[in-house]
Amino acid sequence: MKSYKALNLGKLRYLAIVVGSEEAYQTSKVIELLQWLEAIGVKHVCLYDMEGVLKRSKEAILEKMSNTTVFQEADENDKLLDQKHMMLEFVSFSDGKEAVAKAANLLFAKYLTSNNSSEDQEGEIFTEPHMTEALRAVGSGGPEPDLLLVYGPARCHQGFPAWRIRYTEIVHMGSLKSMRYGSLIKAIYKFTMVRQNYGK
Amino acid sequence: MKVFLGDLVLIQGSIMKKDDRSRINCIFENFVTFLRKCTFCVLSVGPIPEHIAYIMDGNRRYAKKQNLIEGTGHRVGFLALMSMLKYCYEMGVRYVTIYAFSIDNFKRRPEEVQSLMDLMQEKIEGLMEEESIVNRYGVRVHFLGNLKLLSEPVRLAAERAMVATANNSKAVLSICVAYNSTNEIVHAVEKACEEKWEEISLLNASGSGYGLIGLECIEKDEGENLIKLIDIEKHMYVSVAPDPDILIRTSGETRLSNFLLWQSAYCYLYSTPVLWPEIGFRHLLWAILNFQRNHFYLEKKRKQL
Repeated sequence: MKSYKALNLGKLRYLAIVVGSEEAYQTSKVIELLQWLEAIGVKHVCLYDMEGVLKRSKEAILEKMSNTTVFQEADENDKLLDQKHMMLEFVSFSDGKEAVAKAANLLFAKYLTSNNSSEDQEGEIFTEPHMTEALRAVGSGGPEPDLLLVYGPARCHQGFPAWRIRYTEIVHMGSLKSMRYGSLIKAIYKFTMVRQNYGK
Repeated sequence: MKVFLGDLVLIQGSIMKKDDRSRINCIFENFVTFLRKCTFCVLSVGPIPEHIAYIMDGNRRYAKKQNLIEGTGHRVGFLALMSMLKYCYEMGVRYVTIYAFSIDNFKRRPEEVQSLMDLMQEKIEGLMEEESIVNRYGVRVHFLGNLKLLSEPVRLAAERAMVATANNSKAVLSICVAYNSTNEIVHAVEKACEEKWEEISLLNASGSGYGLIGLECIEKDEGENLIKLIDIEKHMYVSVAPDPDILIRTSGETRLSNFLLWQSAYCYLYSTPVLWPEIGFRHLLWAILNFQRNHFYLEKKRKQL
């Protein structure tokens, strides 16, 4: 444990936690995990469970955590730099595929407009940056986590929004019930030692 | 299943000649295959995955480790791939998907990209030969991705291979080239929009009022969402196969690198530290055992939503 003391959190700008929905009901465990993360110094955490149990427990969680704010799309650029508060985001399955369908309708509207105006803009509408923008517009934007910790029986991201986990390191932590502070530190430490080529 | 005990007794007494040595190799190979099939029988007591996906990572690291010239790692990796395909199809896995070349890989040095393209073309052409694994196991081959990004000779070879194997129906091999998930999603959305536009135009042309109403609603932000999830999903490149049951990544990396992000919601993600050219039967066996351990839980999750 002592060798992990010098944790360089610079690389860990955004951390995501995936919890199995049955385990997500254990709000006290979730709060304990968040308190550990706060103690370690993690500033931005995204909490995900498939069914949205954590979303429904948002008030209960925020009540017990002082010094936390909820992630707001509009403030993304400002708050990301604000180091005093821990920022929490609550995400569920509907922010994944369904959100992409909603975003697709926004792009479709643009497509219809361009078809009606007889300007050939097709190549400029369906691009990845436009999709990112459209997802933000439907309320499912949100940064890409650097690290995703799965608390559950299996190493599976359970439908975490596909658009956001391109290069995310996915680590299985075991069940929430048997979570340990040491394992958490070890996982974060290992993450800081990873080197990515991004395809190159 | 042939019995070779008689052969072994004969060989014991005679002088070892070159012919005998190759016969022994043949016997040994058959024995190993027999053991492997026994193992599959035992494994089949539990669930066998229908679809396995592979991120074949570690070819360059292998070449460095073995002090080979650049590019050789990928050649050895190809041999490993052929073995893994053999094991999968023998076991009854119907769909195999591999991450052969990512759109991100185009960022590599031009010489490296060119040598990979040449290797791919060579191996695609090899696949169409009589005794290739594809014909032996009745495998239909798909090349999935933004194929327009490939150079013409490679793209043509890929298209020929797809046509040549179109009638194979026992198993499916999906080779993802010039692929990544975000590109796939945008492409699927684009196709869904084009299809919807054509549908609306046809309705307009036939005089029914639906088309116009739909358009007006969209423009006023009032209408129901015309593009549904199912419209997008059917245009995904990987829709030729069901969602993967296991996604195996070698070399110990724990990320998906923009591969099958959409399709892996209930997929068991298995990471093994072995380098891809060194992967063997025992690694696949271990992955399947782990899959079987988690299968019940993941199936439950899949049925929930």
